[in-house]
Amino acid sequence: MVMEREEKVYMISALVEHKPGVLYSVSNMFRRRGFNIESISVGEAEQPDLARMTITIKGDEALVEQVFKQLKKIISVIKVSILDPKNTVSRELALIKVSTPDARVRSDVINYTEIFKGHVVDVAHESLMIEITGDTDKINAFIELMKPFGIREIARTGIAALPRGMRSVKIE
Amino acid sequence: MVRMSGAKALLEALKRENVEVIFGIPGGAILPVHDALYDSEIKYILMRHEQCAAHAADGYARASGRVGVCMSTSGPGATNLVTGIANAYMDSSPIVAITGQVPRALIGKDAFQETDIIGITTPITKCNFQVKSAAEIPKIVKTAFYVASTGRRGPVLIDLPKDTQTEEADMNFDERINLRGYHPVYDPHPLQIEKAVQLLIQAERLVIIAGGGVIASNACSDLVALAELLLAPVTTTLMGKGAIPENHPLSIGMLGMHGTVAANYLVQDADVVLAVGVRFSDRSTGNIEAFCPNGKIIHIDIDPSEIGKNIKPCVPIVADAKRALQAMCNRLIEKFNRKERSAWLSRMQELKRMHEEMIKSEGDRIKPPALMAEIRRMLPNDAIITTEVGQNQMWAALYLKVYKPRTFISSGGLGTMGFGFPAAIGAKVACPDVPVVDIAGDGSFIMTEQDLASSVVGKIPVIVVVLNNSVLGMVAQWQRLFYGRRYSAVHLEGIPDFVKLAEAYGAQGFRAQSIEEFRSALKTAMNSDVTTVIDVPISSEENVFPMVPPGNTLKDLILS
Repeated sequence: MVMEREEKVYMISALVEHKPGVLYSVSNMFRRRGFNIESISVGEAEQPDLARMTITIKGDEALVEQVFKQLKKIISVIKVSILDPKNTVSRELALIKVSTPDARVRSDVINYTEIFKGHVVDVAHESLMIEITGDTDKINAFIELMKPFGIREIARTGIAALPRGMRSVKIE
Repeated sequence: MVRMSGAKALLEALKRENVEVIFGIPGGAILPVHDALYDSEIKYILMRHEQCAAHAADGYARASGRVGVCMSTSGPGATNLVTGIANAYMDSSPIVAITGQVPRALIGKDAFQETDIIGITTPITKCNFQVKSAAEIPKIVKTAFYVASTGRRGPVLIDLPKDTQTEEADMNFDERINLRGYHPVYDPHPLQIEKAVQLLIQAERLVIIAGGGVIASNACSDLVALAELLLAPVTTTLMGKGAIPENHPLSIGMLGMHGTVAANYLVQDADVVLAVGVRFSDRSTGNIEAFCPNGKIIHIDIDPSEIGKNIKPCVPIVADAKRALQAMCNRLIEKFNRKERSAWLSRMQELKRMHEEMIKSEGDRIKPPALMAEIRRMLPNDAIITTEVGQNQMWAALYLKVYKPRTFISSGGLGTMGFGFPAAIGAKVACPDVPVVDIAGDGSFIMTEQDLASSVVGKIPVIVVVLNNSVLGMVAQWQRLFYGRRYSAVHLEGIPDFVKLAEAYGAQGFRAQSIEEFRSALKTAMNSDVTTVIDVPISSEENVFPMVPPGNTLKDLILS
């Protein structure tokens, strides 16, 4: 039986116990099974003893199904959902430090930042730090735009995502 | 609430789980527990290597169906358990491993005999716990036993820092366990059962593959009932051996790389395969792309992640094997007129005869297939067989028929040489009234033979039959067949005289050069209350056949 082999990016939301070792169990499972993580973000969820992980992976349907099942198999993972991109809000935050050797460059960078609804969060003599939020495509586009100016450093959070409306990934 | 030390609470919690025996070796970081054991009713069996403690707990678990317990100190004691834990994980065997750890304040400081056993065992346990305070111990033990023995079974580890063993706390043994992320599914979905039943009724050439899951869920009688109802030949994986009595007319033996002709041919020719409690390992399927090319597969497993992992089934059923088989039987009885299957069954008969031919022995030298048949003839039906790994294991799997579940114990997934002997010790502790025989090779036996001491001193008499060919037989077979006889590092020069070795430990040793000598040695062994090693010299040129060369399909069998 030949499986679907079309590669896509999938977003997975996992509600996990908020305690030491859980991130290790999850990342170790990915390593052990040879699944690649594109991005992962983790933070406290709606209850202090829960954390939410948003994981993006690239692969075909059979792979994402295995990832889903292997995640569910981890006992400290409470609930897992594969998010449907059409009905999901996903955001990523990036901090980007750009070289601004002169006033002209500086004003160009500030203009672009405003167009992208970003913020200048730190100013130095020869650089600006910009905070930008959005989906991955928007952030990638902004980074491309900044490259010619000279990017010094980038820090990205990875994607955080939730399903729209009343759909939810939580404990019933 | 009762106030007591962590060590006492551990033993009290184990008693509440009906633990009767612990296999282990003490050391610095587990001393407070050993001090508490001094006054405990729980029996402690002192092994001679921690790996053997884990294998013995595993053998105990497989023979009894109960959770086996092993214990060690921190550091090297804990890492020595790792092979045994990995072995139990691969074969879904319920064990609880308890390790000592350095005191809490020293964790992370690279203290003497400190090792990160939680980090090491995370990928080879269902879950593991490091105790943070003594008061947690009762709940952690309860949770560990619950997880190990439910769903798809497997090992759980509890790591106990030394100062949590001495710490006094108010212990609550009635606290409820709370696992938000663990809800095994036992009942099959009725719609899936219906789909499966439709396929089973329509099937012309039906085969059932039974795996270790059938034995784990005690579903063997249900399996046989279903097979008889459908008149379906039943093959087993190595782990499923014993799920159907192998003298049953519908039993066709093991499937796979060393499968029987009947099993491999019928599975490849089937139009419907009912696979129960199996995980379609590479050793069972041969070339997976060409596995059962025209068959529709119904796959029952309790672990959802096994469904679709290696084979995409036509009808997936997540359920306990027993409940799923019973549900199918019930539906079939309602609507089924027994199928006419004479052509398929006579094909089965014909292929089965080819297998029987292979047992016939010529010449004076002992031939392993004939030896296996002889062992079967002499042992009672409820005797327990364990095996090491390699040729000995495959000869036993192919030619030693097993009639009851839990009487064939072998390292299936991990393929751990040295498993059979300590597993035999564990099985004998679980079932003291039946003979326990380890089918061994010389290469495997020397990996754990030091536990002759624990079997002799602990009065746990088992029988070890060493098929002694002075080589690492299976590796040599591959080098002979696939590497042009370029034997590389397989000759075991310096193997000890096993008769003298046994005697040195206070065990009994015999050498058997012929079937007659073997018969008399085994008879003596069965009637004696001390561990016996029977050394059986065989040719180093022996091959295990049938064999499917790696990468080939199940029908590409080498027969001789």
